[in-house]
Amino acid sequence: MNIAVELSAVRPEAAPRAGEAGPASKRVVVGYGFWIFLLSDIVMFAALFAAYAVLVRSTAGGPGGAQLFSQTSVAIETVCLLASSYTCGVMSLAVNSRRRAGFYVAAVLTFVLGAAFLALEIREFADMIARGATPQSSAFLSAFFTLVGCHGLHVTVGLVWLLVMMAQVAVQQFRPSVLRRLFCFSLFWHALDIIWVALFTVVYLMGVRP
Amino acid sequence: MSLLGKLTWSAIPFDQPIIMGATVFMGLLVVSVLGWITLKRAWPYLWNEWLTSVDHKRIGVMYIILGLLMLLRGFSDAIMMRAQQAVAAGGALGYLPPEHFDQIFSAHGTIMIFFVAMPLVIGLMNYLLPLQLGVRDVAFPTLNSVSFWLTASAVLLINVSLVVGEFAKTGWMAYPPLSELQFSPGVGVDYYLWSLQISGIGTLMTGINFVTTILKLRAPGMSLMRMPIFCWTALASNLLIVATFPVLTATFAMLLLDRYLGLHFFSVDAGGNPMMYVNLFWVWGHPEVYILVLPAFGIYSEVSATFSGKPLFGYRSMVAATMSICVLSLLVWLHHFFTMGASANVNGFFGVMTMVIAVPTGVKIFNWLFTLYGGRVRFTVPILWTLGFMVTFVLGGLTGVLMAVPPVDWQVHNSLFLIAHFHHVIIPGVVFAIFAAYNYWFPKAFGFTLDERWGRASFWCWFVGFHVAFMPLYALGLMGMTRRMQHYDNLAWQPWLLVAAAGAAIILAGVVCQAVQLIVSIRTREQRRDLTGDPWNGRTLEWSTASPPPAWNFAVLPQVAAKDAFWSAKQRADVREREYRPIEMSKNSPIGFVTAFFAVVTGFALIWHIWWMAVLGVLGAFAATLVFAFRGKDESEISAGELAGFDRAHPAGAAV
Repeated sequence: MNIAVELSAVRPEAAPRAGEAGPASKRVVVGYGFWIFLLSDIVMFAALFAAYAVLVRSTAGGPGGAQLFSQTSVAIETVCLLASSYTCGVMSLAVNSRRRAGFYVAAVLTFVLGAAFLALEIREFADMIARGATPQSSAFLSAFFTLVGCHGLHVTVGLVWLLVMMAQVAVQQFRPSVLRRLFCFSLFWHALDIIWVALFTVVYLMGVRP
Repeated sequence: MSLLGKLTWSAIPFDQPIIMGATVFMGLLVVSVLGWITLKRAWPYLWNEWLTSVDHKRIGVMYIILGLLMLLRGFSDAIMMRAQQAVAAGGALGYLPPEHFDQIFSAHGTIMIFFVAMPLVIGLMNYLLPLQLGVRDVAFPTLNSVSFWLTASAVLLINVSLVVGEFAKTGWMAYPPLSELQFSPGVGVDYYLWSLQISGIGTLMTGINFVTTILKLRAPGMSLMRMPIFCWTALASNLLIVATFPVLTATFAMLLLDRYLGLHFFSVDAGGNPMMYVNLFWVWGHPEVYILVLPAFGIYSEVSATFSGKPLFGYRSMVAATMSICVLSLLVWLHHFFTMGASANVNGFFGVMTMVIAVPTGVKIFNWLFTLYGGRVRFTVPILWTLGFMVTFVLGGLTGVLMAVPPVDWQVHNSLFLIAHFHHVIIPGVVFAIFAAYNYWFPKAFGFTLDERWGRASFWCWFVGFHVAFMPLYALGLMGMTRRMQHYDNLAWQPWLLVAAAGAAIILAGVVCQAVQLIVSIRTREQRRDLTGDPWNGRTLEWSTASPPPAWNFAVLPQVAAKDAFWSAKQRADVREREYRPIEMSKNSPIGFVTAFFAVVTGFALIWHIWWMAVLGVLGAFAATLVFAFRGKDESEISAGELAGFDRAHPAGAAV
């Protein structure tokens, strides 16, 4: 799951200078392309963050973040998501050494932690809506639900993807295309963590400042 | 809650003769084309060789056909607007009712940017990048096919809006609060938003694909500073796609949430902020201008070097200029709305940044001039378009520098002066480049050259017609005429608008000349065959392979030793023994076509609030992706014997 393996596979005499070595291997190309996709995804989140920052004080007389956010629940969510990144890393190690049992244990743990995060987030949303703080009630809440919800949607997509990958490993074993997809999945999952760190800081920590 | 959502028979405007006439015409056209294909029994060929193809050359050609067809649609809209404004003076109301006129100007802008300029530029990049980089395909061939078909499904949706329902009446930027549900309750804005979301996903994937291709897939020896300039401009353009299309997607998503779920991003109540839309839109919108024009600059660079028989003057400064425009284009968005009322300092910053962009652009103009200077210039059709571009674009750029001064902009904002300015840069900047490229690379794609005489005729009609059509708009803008007027009371404007309409007619003659050029060239193709693969004495690698190139582009990957790789190989003219090895090529796949089908279903369902159908569409696309992910072998092998056989039949001028 890392580039170092790939570099050692390149014959040194065939690569006089990095830019002149000819086409890169498929694994490098796929990983590189997926990194660029992740960057574009982060740009999309940047637009949502910008919208949130513009609208955060536009509560239209309704509640603001300080009245709505529950720090405990968000802290548990964060722990779940960060822990799932760890298990995802363990999963990558298992894949690298082609251990199927280890892969399945780590994948299931990742899935459970991700699902727990999602369940907590949905509960938080339902709680707020029950208290009358709906996405329709103010521009601030529109931006909040969209930004956090968009991250939640990404986590959902990641969970579906993980299920598909577990099925793929069962059917197709660790063949090169499956390995490349697993590599992209782990990049995706860690990127969601990075976005969550930003989200946690901007929305939940800065949001409860008096 | 009806099963078909908001869709009823009243969605089809049976009482509008112009729309129904256009519908019948388009319907007959589609039916006759489909009938002709069936009669010729060409469906298997079309399906196997084109619709499911993942070959970047085939996909590039399909993009260009799509763009040229939509150019006709967008141009028809332009002719209708010019005709309306030519007659609707004083008490006269013209022949177009306001609600129809509003749809026409919105459709014209949307189509020309998203479904003409983008497919044409992306199509050219598709065709040329792997050939110029000396490789066999783009980084992700199947994804490339998906991108194309998503663009095509968006085109289908936007054309359906002509018949079923309506198109947006908001202008092509769809500014809120006008585009909010409160003020635009119809489906027009939804057609706009969903078709652009679908094509936007396709464009983003293209951007990712091409950035990866350029940075990770180049022939051995081709360092970045040995790449043809077109590849550099394509790199800048695709970096901008990756950096800005996600912003457009997010912005449209927010507007969709406002419209569908009653959220308050851009609404006038509950704390929404309409100007935030305008800012976010132009954070994408200004770089978009450079996404289109930078590859065009690349085309002009290739054309002027080839037809001067000289290397491009100032290659390194051209690269530097391209990459600095790439960065600066992200820092000027506010000049589209100085009238927002930001502080003088903010307006001043964006005004100065706008003027700064003129510096690298000026560098490029001088580079092209010095490339031509002292060269043996062959006055072919592509070089005519290039010269026409330089003269026209410099003047159009100068009016842009004028409008970069905030107080001036306050006077001419949203006037026809602005319309004249941006047509004055985008038509020579993009459209002329497309036509130069079309004449230049056509023999590469199809194996025979295009007719010179009709090509020249079309250039002169376009060049003259452009000036007759758009120079009056500068005057009208200064006289106070605003954009998008369905009729006007000031009779002093009418003579200028009559001249502008005459200009549109001259451009129409240019379009006719281009159609004739294509027909004449096809009929006389046997005399104009390009057997060498290098009809223009070219400099870059695409000319080193056969015309049209084989599916694998290069049987043996070229070894690049210098800039202008093919030219320098021709100078050395050493014959290298070729060692053929079998190669793996991606197999054709219907996934692009199938995904696009479900995208159309989903888009149409969402526009008309047919929720069950939207769910089915999404599930269908997901199921198709699953089937694709679980398929068996995705590559097929081409044997060394087949490669050697093709090369014997198509001897190249020089081995690279």
